[in-house]
Amino acid sequence: MGSVASEKANQLAKHNPKTRKIEQMAQNMANTAPVKGRSLWQDAYHRFFQNKAAVISVIALTAIVLFSFIGPYFAVWSNEEIDWARLGKATEMGAPSLENGHYFGIDNLGRDLYSRVIQGTQVSLMVGLIGAGIAVFVGTFYGAAAGYFGGRIDSFMMRLVDILMSIPFMFILILMLVVFGRSLYMLFIGIGLLAWLDMARIVRGQTLTIKNKEYVEAAIATGVPSLTIIRRHIVPNLMGVVAVYATLLVPGMILTESFISFLGLGVQEPNTSWGALISEGAGTINYGTTWQLFVPLFFFVVTLFSFFFIGDGLRDALDPKDR
Amino acid sequence: MSKGETLLEVSGVKVDFNIKPDGAMPWTKPLKLHAVNDVSFDLKRGETLGIVGESGCGKSTLARAIISLVPTSGGSIVWLGDELVGLSKSEMRPHRKEIQMIFQDPLASLDPRMNIGEIIAEPLKTHFPRTPKKEIVERVKEMMSKVGLLPNLVNRYPHEFSGGQCQRIGIARALILNPKLIICDEPVSALDVSIQAQVINLLKELQNELGLSLIFIAHDLSVVKHVSDRIMVLYLGNAMEISSSAELYSHPRHPYTNLLISAVPIPDPEIELNREISLIEGELPSPLSPPSGCVFRTRCPKAQAICAAEKPEMKSETKDHMVACHFPD
Repeated sequence: MGSVASEKANQLAKHNPKTRKIEQMAQNMANTAPVKGRSLWQDAYHRFFQNKAAVISVIALTAIVLFSFIGPYFAVWSNEEIDWARLGKATEMGAPSLENGHYFGIDNLGRDLYSRVIQGTQVSLMVGLIGAGIAVFVGTFYGAAAGYFGGRIDSFMMRLVDILMSIPFMFILILMLVVFGRSLYMLFIGIGLLAWLDMARIVRGQTLTIKNKEYVEAAIATGVPSLTIIRRHIVPNLMGVVAVYATLLVPGMILTESFISFLGLGVQEPNTSWGALISEGAGTINYGTTWQLFVPLFFFVVTLFSFFFIGDGLRDALDPKDR
Repeated sequence: MSKGETLLEVSGVKVDFNIKPDGAMPWTKPLKLHAVNDVSFDLKRGETLGIVGESGCGKSTLARAIISLVPTSGGSIVWLGDELVGLSKSEMRPHRKEIQMIFQDPLASLDPRMNIGEIIAEPLKTHFPRTPKKEIVERVKEMMSKVGLLPNLVNRYPHEFSGGQCQRIGIARALILNPKLIICDEPVSALDVSIQAQVINLLKELQNELGLSLIFIAHDLSVVKHVSDRIMVLYLGNAMEISSSAELYSHPRHPYTNLLISAVPIPDPEIELNREISLIEGELPSPLSPPSGCVFRTRCPKAQAICAAEKPEMKSETKDHMVACHFPD
């Protein structure tokens, strides 16, 4: 009896136009080409671009980076030329002006501040990005390895970090610059060597939570080698935290470099950086040449704020539950 | 390779965890927690063994010990004649492709940053790294349609699927290497009832089609009854009773099994309201300091002096029905 009834129902369904349509739809669904998925990264991307402060910061930062590359083509004076006509008369004749080609005015040695700021921007951004890059690379793999292997390896690796952290960072950096000479490379090495410590700690903490997730267990059960698990499962899942921390690390690096340069130990003449320019500008503020301080300061502050807002935006975008 | 051949022989397996007491000094000896204590069973080709027990009784730990996700501290696990205990990671690798696992939380067991094509292909890429890309794609699609997923969803990410679909992805990942044994660690307890039935029926169909053996862990007795050929009851890391499924439900011999079965609700309000339910008294003792003798004696209605003095052995009076009790029914 039951089978007869179901056959009847089947026949009815065949004649029912609605059922046919649904069947057709099902057919279409099954036959179409692979559907594009939307990854968590793409979701984060969309959320990020809804954050106004972050988007404005991205634009501002892009403008500053572009300025440091395109700016030299509009310069009338190079960064080394001394404008002998205005040397020593910065207060009266050195103010920013479009007519004489000193768009941002001149510094107290008669050099064009526009070209100097461009040069300083390049150096400062380079220090920030390379320093943060080293920290991200070394810190991520060190922290992930320590957290993943755990036990004694973890204890040993993290105690090493603790020991390095207990050394006063600024003191060592200044000593290095004094002993090995003041060069940009020494600055990179010094900052890079010490900046990864925090990153390693953060990454290790994240790894400890990730390695107990079931998908890592599934990978172990499948027989995926440890290093592949770190590379394929652990690192991509901590990239969110790392990305946020890295954007906050860049301004930190720039600040450190500026501080060192402000003390006169960082980049050396004829090279310059924002810190060095601000230091020079602050030195001559008594003579009324305010642009010598405020122009580099403007770039410095805008960049730092941009990085902080981007970091904030990234955090909200990558971890929407955490807000 | 005939049916009935023994795949897996587990004898006397123990798993201990070291627990550091609160505020312990680095040199104090850690406490031993016996998560699994002297459990033995064997599994034949094509057979389903159900493992039931309360939360924290060592079901999952036992499963993890079999595929050496947790180290064992005693006993032996023999897989098709090869001893698995004490193998190094690289020696274990060839066996891993024959034993796969399905996890409890379907979403958590899938890497959120990988699309499901990559997830399902991972075991294949791990064990056969030289498989051409085209073949991998084909195999993945074949597996997806086998578990009832549309193959055109390969590029989707786990968070775009429902719990039941995620569990299907997990099953597809476990099946892609044509394993001989799949360990299902509470595969349906995170799903709602209608989806549970779908997933269980899928597992049974696949088992019939591919001749798989299953170790099916659950705390839902009716689910276990539905899928298993044989059932093992665990309590506090100790096996209480092993028997064929029908026998266990009709003639439970261990008092614990008896109490468990009487606690299963009957989906008929009239019967359910009028029947007498015998409750299990008391709390589960701490596995850090298990009772002497029979571990169940503190809650057992039949406990006598001998239960505290002597640990009952796994005995079998009738064939295939083993029970660890001094006073079996």
